[in-house]
Amino acid sequence: MSRVVRLALPVVAALAVGAVLLALSGVSPSEAVGLVWEGAFGSAAKVSDTLMSWVPLVLAASGLVVTFTAGLWNIGVEGQIVAGAIAATWVARSLPGPGWVVVPAALLAALAGGVAWALLAGLLRTRGGVNEIFGGLGLDFVAAGLAVYLILGPWQRQGVASTSGTDVFRVQAWLPTLPNLRLSPLAIGIALAGLIGVGLLLRGTRPGLRLRAVGGNPASALVLGIPTERYLLGAFALCGALAGLAGAVQATGFHHKLVPAVSGGYGFLGILVVLLAGFRTVWIGPLALVFVAVAAGGTQLQLRLNVDSSLSGVVLGVGVLVALLLGARGAKEAPPLVEEP
Amino acid sequence: MNLELRHIEKRFGPTVANRDISLLVESGSIHAVLGENGAGKSTLMKIISGFIAPDAGEVLMGGDRLPPGSPHHSAAAGIGMLHQDPLVFLPMTMLDNAMLGSDRNTRTAAEELADVADRLGFHFRPDVPAGRLSVGARQQHEMIRLLWLGVRVLILDEPTTGITEAQREQLFAALRTLAGEGLIVLFVSHKLEEVAELCDRVTVLRHGLVAGETELPTPPLRLVEMMFGRSVEPVARKRIPPGEVVLDIDRLEMAEAGVGAGPISIGVRRGEALGLAGLEGSGQRLLLRACAGRLRPASGRVLFEGADPVTRSDKIHYVPAGRLEEGLIPGLTVTEHLELTAPDDSFTIDWGEAEERAGSVIAAYQISGTPETLADVLSGGNQQRLMLAMAPDNARLLLLEQPTRGLDLESARWVWSELDRRRSAGATVVFTSSDLDELVAQSDRIAVFFAGEVVGVVESSTATTSELGHLIGGLAPGVSS
Amino acid sequence: MEAAFASIIAAATPLVFAAVGETITERSGVVNLGVEGSLMLSAMTGFAVAVTTGSTLLGFVAAALVSMAAAGVVAFAGVRLGVSQIAVGFVLTILAIDLSDYLGAPFVGLAGPGVPSLSIPVLSEIPVLGPVLFSQNIVVYASYLLIVGAVLFLYSTRSGLALRGVGERPEAAFARGVHVTRSRILATIAGGALVGVAGAAFSLDVKLGWREGLTANFGWIALAIVIFGGWNPMRAAFGAYLFGVLQVVALRLQPVLPGLSQVLPLLPFPLMILTLVLINRPWLRRLTERNPALRFLVAGPAPSALGRPFHPD
Repeated sequence: MSRVVRLALPVVAALAVGAVLLALSGVSPSEAVGLVWEGAFGSAAKVSDTLMSWVPLVLAASGLVVTFTAGLWNIGVEGQIVAGAIAATWVARSLPGPGWVVVPAALLAALAGGVAWALLAGLLRTRGGVNEIFGGLGLDFVAAGLAVYLILGPWQRQGVASTSGTDVFRVQAWLPTLPNLRLSPLAIGIALAGLIGVGLLLRGTRPGLRLRAVGGNPASALVLGIPTERYLLGAFALCGALAGLAGAVQATGFHHKLVPAVSGGYGFLGILVVLLAGFRTVWIGPLALVFVAVAAGGTQLQLRLNVDSSLSGVVLGVGVLVALLLGARGAKEAPPLVEEP
Repeated sequence: MNLELRHIEKRFGPTVANRDISLLVESGSIHAVLGENGAGKSTLMKIISGFIAPDAGEVLMGGDRLPPGSPHHSAAAGIGMLHQDPLVFLPMTMLDNAMLGSDRNTRTAAEELADVADRLGFHFRPDVPAGRLSVGARQQHEMIRLLWLGVRVLILDEPTTGITEAQREQLFAALRTLAGEGLIVLFVSHKLEEVAELCDRVTVLRHGLVAGETELPTPPLRLVEMMFGRSVEPVARKRIPPGEVVLDIDRLEMAEAGVGAGPISIGVRRGEALGLAGLEGSGQRLLLRACAGRLRPASGRVLFEGADPVTRSDKIHYVPAGRLEEGLIPGLTVTEHLELTAPDDSFTIDWGEAEERAGSVIAAYQISGTPETLADVLSGGNQQRLMLAMAPDNARLLLLEQPTRGLDLESARWVWSELDRRRSAGATVVFTSSDLDELVAQSDRIAVFFAGEVVGVVESSTATTSELGHLIGGLAPGVSS
Repeated sequence: MEAAFASIIAAATPLVFAAVGETITERSGVVNLGVEGSLMLSAMTGFAVAVTTGSTLLGFVAAALVSMAAAGVVAFAGVRLGVSQIAVGFVLTILAIDLSDYLGAPFVGLAGPGVPSLSIPVLSEIPVLGPVLFSQNIVVYASYLLIVGAVLFLYSTRSGLALRGVGERPEAAFARGVHVTRSRILATIAGGALVGVAGAAFSLDVKLGWREGLTANFGWIALAIVIFGGWNPMRAAFGAYLFGVLQVVALRLQPVLPGLSQVLPLLPFPLMILTLVLINRPWLRRLTERNPALRFLVAGPAPSALGRPFHPD
């Protein structure tokens, strides 16, 4: 199958399914396209909101490239985002002082929280023999449970406990934003640094090369003297760090409090992005932008035409599924559940 | 009822596993298929049993052509195979193992299986999970199952690996009984003495081809020659005056997965090439890995330049035989492979420079590929060149497993000239080979392994292939047979 | 008390279907990570079809078909095309959840038909057990038959034996003449059908109606229960009922300990991890080998070839 078909068919299929579903709801697809664009990029505020959801997605996807490269299915990424958000919330709630103290401290705490949660999955895999897919999935829910427990228990809102979240953090603990916009240049900077850092690490450094060897053939890597366990744990830790930062951005830059669904699903969405992009970090940024733009557009459709916002997820899902079936790069590079003997 | 193979061909990617193999086995005979690892024996047996389909050629049973690649039809035609690692389901009881895939009556099965076992002198244990039985017992149960299903051709792939001596004797007695009843037994092995003890006829495979076929008994030396062959005029090795002893192996004993070797004591000098000869699995691989620091000695010691090999890993390079299994990394390019073992320890890699370096390595090592070629798409010879090129220039001990296996003559010559160059620069080479001429031509000394022990260390200048052949076959040198 | 137990049995019924279905799939060596999405899509489909046609039976049939189609995609992609099972199942989950939200939007909040209760004469008269087990409805009775049927199928039939062989060691099953690819595809689709029934059981029985996130996390919980159950349908069903108990306890605790009551239903996940850690401990395996009586208490090991593709060459 030609390259053009492989690239075009998923897009065509996704758009076709979107158009059919819209037609079923009695909406003209061309009108919808305009609204999606408007929803994502229609004004400075819209662009800023889109970029602010781009940040956690890019961070999660960048981290996932590292674990995929190491031959790992880090399904636990959602939990690592939540762990980061919890750690950031803890600092935001308890550390007094000005913003230039609290915000970096919250980010660092989030990073550490994500690393710890990821290493847990990593150690379960390397020492406990627990496949990281099941271990990670379990830890996702444990983290989610911990967040809910904190929100309803120790960190409950003043007055009555509610699943709508903790009290809003004091303003010093918010990620600083541009005036009158929700756009935080710091958050964008962190995302770009994470993305570029991972790209450089994997392509331009010796540890990155060794990690690719570990993921490509652990047996050969071991014969070549690469300490494979340390590299596997390192990959988990790095992904956890970036996911933790994503959690901090969600908590201190978007919600300004801890909410039960604080991860926003960006971890799982990040897996889709990486499945499409393969190990090519250059594609992560643009693909993530398409993803969040479509999602923002879906919200706009709901507001303006009363079309359910889940349409955007359907369109993206169809695109990724068709790409996988056509043998997208990520489908080949995705590690198997069990190595062939 | 005869079993016949006609012009069987099978390739795996660029590797030819079987080339134009024809064979006729008559009922009631025990027929050996002999050859070194990688000679194509297992592939051929899997083709007969329908496990894999040949690219060309056909299998006939009693004159009827069998559909290719269908274990179902081969089994129906009465062909059963006992795989090297018996294909049993470990958590299931032996009765379940027997019932799986059969259409026999469950109620009477246990009794029938016990009867078959009695006939063979075995014992069938219906309620025991396979995982709790020894490999030998699993094998016996598999044989019982196959005979219960009524096989007329019984293929045994290296059946004596991992079983006890007593089990081996039971097995051979059972096989003789079966042949007496008119069954065809195909006995696949790389062990000469077993073939000589058990079989009526032998076909020797080498590099995927039939190297010869003969009645037994025959002098073992002839079989060794057929197995190991004679390459066309080996390249002359460069004599390098050996230096002091750098690799000191002292009463070394090793064990892994139930297979042991040793005690071995030998000193290898700087610039020397030490060949390790012997039938495969006699302990050579264990020794190589112990010298590489990848296998801890059970007792005794290995020292390289006076230190534990583990602490000398930057000076020692190990080149395993399985190029894609444990040597190279699929998905990484030639340049990336070279960078993995580059002595440069800088954090970042300048890929421009790296590609330039790779380009000159490619030219020097005559690898037909570009710096961006993925290692897994190179041909076998080029993969071997790459693996040698990955040995850093400052490596002072090169440990190579079957460095020329599967290579054409030109590539093999090239490998040896490269190793000569390394030795001239002060490196010590220890290698295994299944080619006697190569061992004589390329080693200063040859250590011959038999059943886990070094039974002789010979100077290659005075050694003859026939002397080696005797040692390898476990025979006293000089005794004519 | 009897009423509480009866409600536990009823509430756990969809999970029994899903967990037993996925157990059968995984026994063949395939992991269908699309369960979470299939459950949601079939819950929506079952309800939508039942509301539109007025027939709960048609609702169940449609739900099963939709879920079979989703499982078919996983099977076809994973077993025939050689695409990662995990990737396809995972993407399918995300896609199916959004699709059910979108297509189900018009049905949110509608009152729909449910499965009528049906006490079994005689059996329901048995003291204690009668009201708990036999004053339910036909879906619950079907789940009993499913548990018994799945155990009989896996452990007492030739096809069940062959299926376990395929998941344990496909090359050995292949050498014995079993059609590995066909068995895996069939087991995946059959498991999908049961997940579909589970979805419809949610929207047409246990939770009556459709809203976004109606079955949220129950698919993942089913996956956890399969592991907790050691890939044995009986133990999986036991796990589902245990989860039912957990839900009731959580509900009772709601006014007293609101935090804990929200967290308690997530207990299957740490239990799943614990199970996985334990089944890899050699000492535990030795213990159960020496004392077969303990085998039901300790989860069995995973099918050895779980998630591993098979190519005869």
